[in-house]
Amino acid sequence: MNTPHTKSVVSCTINGNATQFLADSGGTLLNALRDDIGLTGVKEGCGTGDCGACSILVEDRVTCACLIFAPEAEGATIVTIEGLAEADHLHPLQETFLEGAALQCGVCTPGFLMAAKALLDKNPDPTETEIRYALAGNLCRCTGYDKIIRAVQDAAERMRENA
Amino acid sequence: MTMTEDPTTPGYKWVGTRPIRPDGLDKVTGKARFGADLILPNMVEAAVLRSRHAHARILSIDTAAALEMPGVQAIITGDDFPPTDDMAPGDAHQAVKVMARDKVLFEGHPVAAVAATSRAEAQAAAKAIVVTYEQLPHVLTVDEAMADGAPILHDDLITANVDPAPETASNIASRAFFERGDLDEGFAAADAILERSYTTKPVHQGYIEPHAAVADSGQNGRANLWVSSQGHFDMRTMTAKVLGMSASKIKATPAEIGGGFGGKTTIYLEPLAVLLSRKANRPVRVVMDRDEVFMATGPTSGSSMKIKMGIKNDGTITACDLWMAFEAGAFPGSPVGAASMTALACYDVDNFRIEGFDVVVNKPKVAAYRAPGAPISAFAVESMIDELARAIDMDPIELRLANAAKEGVQAPYGPVFPRIGFIETLEAIRDSDHYRSPVPEGQGRGLASGFWFNIGGNSVATVNVHADGNVSVITGSPDIGGSRSSMALFAAEEFGIDVERVQPHIADTDTIGDTDVTGGSRVTLATGKVVVEACRKIVTDLCRRAAKTWDCEIEDVEWVQGHAQHVSGTESPLSLADLAANAGRTGGPISATHAENVRGAGAGFSTQLVDLAVDEETGQTSIVRYTTAQDAGKAIHPSYVEGQMQGGVVQGIGWALNEEYIHRADGTLDNPSFLDYRIPVASDLPMIDTIVVEVPNPNHPYGVRGVGEVGIVPPMAAIANAIDRATDCRMEHLPMSPVALLEAINERNAD
Repeated sequence: MNTPHTKSVVSCTINGNATQFLADSGGTLLNALRDDIGLTGVKEGCGTGDCGACSILVEDRVTCACLIFAPEAEGATIVTIEGLAEADHLHPLQETFLEGAALQCGVCTPGFLMAAKALLDKNPDPTETEIRYALAGNLCRCTGYDKIIRAVQDAAERMRENA
Repeated sequence: MTMTEDPTTPGYKWVGTRPIRPDGLDKVTGKARFGADLILPNMVEAAVLRSRHAHARILSIDTAAALEMPGVQAIITGDDFPPTDDMAPGDAHQAVKVMARDKVLFEGHPVAAVAATSRAEAQAAAKAIVVTYEQLPHVLTVDEAMADGAPILHDDLITANVDPAPETASNIASRAFFERGDLDEGFAAADAILERSYTTKPVHQGYIEPHAAVADSGQNGRANLWVSSQGHFDMRTMTAKVLGMSASKIKATPAEIGGGFGGKTTIYLEPLAVLLSRKANRPVRVVMDRDEVFMATGPTSGSSMKIKMGIKNDGTITACDLWMAFEAGAFPGSPVGAASMTALACYDVDNFRIEGFDVVVNKPKVAAYRAPGAPISAFAVESMIDELARAIDMDPIELRLANAAKEGVQAPYGPVFPRIGFIETLEAIRDSDHYRSPVPEGQGRGLASGFWFNIGGNSVATVNVHADGNVSVITGSPDIGGSRSSMALFAAEEFGIDVERVQPHIADTDTIGDTDVTGGSRVTLATGKVVVEACRKIVTDLCRRAAKTWDCEIEDVEWVQGHAQHVSGTESPLSLADLAANAGRTGGPISATHAENVRGAGAGFSTQLVDLAVDEETGQTSIVRYTTAQDAGKAIHPSYVEGQMQGGVVQGIGWALNEEYIHRADGTLDNPSFLDYRIPVASDLPMIDTIVVEVPNPNHPYGVRGVGEVGIVPPMAAIANAIDRATDCRMEHLPMSPVALLEAINERNAD
C-alpha cells in the first residue's frame, strides 16, 4: 500500500472549468485537488471520511474527496469551496456564516458550506432537525454547531426570499 | 428555543458590536492558508515511523534499505539529534518526546523520519526501516503506575515536592499539596459527610486540523519554519532547544490554525522538519494523519480521585479532603497542579486538604486542553456538591450561593480575589427562563459551576497609520477563534474610526516582539491591552502633531471621535486621515509599539444548567436544553464570546457522554479515528443558550477577563447531576456512555 503508482490523465470539470490533471492511480481525489491542482480550500481532517472537512460536490452530491480515487473523477462535474462564490458576490451561505460568526478556526468551514449548499439545493426550507442531520457528517470542534445551524437557517430564508 | 441574550455596551461605539471578522472572507472562500496548505518550490514530503509498542528498548535501527528506496532524500533517527545530557529535565523530555532515543515510551513514539519526493514514497521508505525492539512491561493507568513493583518509565525520576525526597525512582513525578484550617474540626462540625471516588479517561482536544509543519533550513545555520500552532514564538524556542540552536536562528511564520484548544502549544513535527530539511537540502513538509494525532499528540489526563466533604444543614461546607492522581502520559507534566488549585476555587471553604500526584504512564504525553485540569477536579467537586445538596434537601443554586467565592475571599491557592462574578453567574441561571421552567416529564435537570484563572503574559503590538488614514494592527498572537476582530474593535474604539478601516495582522517571529501562546484565555486580555496602549501612544502623538499644525500647546488639543479638536473650537478638526496625509511635515510616519508582560488577569466563572433525557432501554443520553452563564468581564465581540462558551460546553458534552481513549491490553490505542473516538456532531445537540455576564475586570482598560476556557469546566458534573435526577443513577466514572449508563440502570433495577 502507498507505494508509488503509475499516473494517468484525468479530464473533468472543476468549478466550471474543463480541467486535466495527472492522477496517481492510488492517490485520492483530495490529494489531487490540494497538491496537484492547487485547490487547498479543500481540507484534510481525517482521510477516512469521518470528518467532512474535504466535502465537495460531485454531480451535485456532497462527497468526501478523501474517499474517491483521483482517476474516478474522469468525466465528473466537481464543485469545491473555491467555486462557491461568484466574482462579484458571495453565496448566501458564505454571507450568513460571516454575519453569524459561524466559524471560529475556520478549517471545517469549507466542508460545512459545501454540505449546506447540497442540502439547500435539494431542500430550500429545512427544519432545524433536517439541517442537523444533513450536517452530521461534518465535524466542528470549535462552535458547538449552534451558530452554524443558525447561519444555514438564515441563508435558507435569504435564498427563499430571493428565489 | 430561546435566543441568546445580547450584552449591552454603554459608552462604546465599537466595543461590544458584532462586525464581520477581518479574516472571514478568506475562510469562507477557501483562501485561508492553514498548516498543510503551504507548498514551496522544490519542497519534499515527510513521513514519521512510529513505535507500535507501548514500552520497549530500541536495540537497533537499520535504515540502509530505506535509503535506497525511490525518491528518498533524507532519513533521521535519534542519533541525528544533539544529546540530552546537558539539557534541563523538561527540555530533555521534550527532546525525547519528539524522537525516541534508547527507549520508546508509548505507541506512536517517533523512532525515525523520512523525507522523499512524495508522501507515498516517504511512507514506503519509513516502512522499510528495520527497528529491533526488546519489549518491556508497560503501565496504562495511575493505579498500575503507582503500584509497588510497577515497571518504571524513567530510571531517574524522583518524586518532586515530597519531604524527605524518595531515594528511588518511581512513576510519580511530583506532588501538589494545598491545605487550610483543620480538617478534623471541619468534619466534626458537619451535619452530613459523604465520600466518593471518581475516575476520568484521557480525552483528546480533537481539533479538526492535524498537526503540520514546513521547514526550510539553510547552510548558514538558519531555518525558516511555518507552523500551525497557538504560539509560533514558543514553537521556535522549543524547536531550537531540542536541536541545540539559538532561538533567533529560526524564523517561525504562523499559518492559520485549525483548532488547538491547548493541544497546539507544544512541538511534535517542527524539529523533525528542520532537521530533515537540513539533511535533504530542500524544504520539507510534514503532516500528521489523524491516527498519528490520536496516538502521539496530547490528550488530557485520565484520572483517579477520592473526595470527602462535610456540610451543615444550613448549607455551609465545613471541610473537603480531595486526593487526585493524574496520568501525565510518558513524560511528567499532567495538569494536576492546576486541578488542585481550581478544585475549590468557586467556594469559600475554611478547612480543606488537596493532594495531587503527577504520574507517568505508557501513553502519549498529555498536552494542555482548555482550562487544563480544572474540568477533571470539578467533575468530582461539583458532583459531590450536588449530592450534598440532595442530602440536606437544599436547592443546588442556594447551596452554591451560600458558599460562593467573592471579592475579599482568599482563593484556595493563595491570592485574595478582587472583584469577581461567580455569584452573578449563579444569579443569571437562577433568574433564567430555563431555570424558572418546570423540568419536563421524564427528564432530569443538572447544574454545575466552574472556575478558571485566566492569564496575562507577554504581548507586543505595533500599530501603523497608513497615509490614507487607515490602520494596521500587528501582533504575535495566532487567531484561533476570532481574536483579530477584537484587536480591530479595540483600535477602532481608541481611534474613533470605522472598524473596517483597521486591518489586523499576525506577524512572524522576526517581525514582532516575543509573544506568549494563544492560551490561558489571554489574547483578548493581554494582546488586547497592548493594542490599546499602542493606540493611545499614537493618539498622544496625533494630538502633538495637531498642536504643531495649529501652533498651540498639546494641552489645548483633545481627541474626539476620530478627530483632533482644539478645545477652543477655533480650529477645524483634523481627522486621522488629515493628520496621516500631513505626517511627513509633522514628524514622519505614524507608528507605535507597546510591549508588556500584562498582569491583572481576571478570574473567570461559569454556571451551567442542562435538561436531558435518558433512554432506559439503551442507556443513551439526549441533551434537550442547555444554558450557560459566564462572566466575560466585557464581551468585546459578543458573537465570538458566545462561540467560546458554546464550544466549551459541547466539548464538555463529548467528554461527559462519549469520548475516551480505549487501550488494548498490549498498550495500543483501539480507537485512533473520528469514527471510533466520537466527538459530538450536529444531530447530537440542541442550541446552546448563552448568558454573557459582565462584571468588569478592574485591571483591564475595557474590563476584559478572558473567555476561552472556563466553559468546559462545568459540563461533566452538570450532566452527571442531571442523569442522577433523571435515573437515580449516580455516575462516578467518565464517560457516561450508553454502555456504562445501561449497566448502572440495570444495577439500579436489580436492587
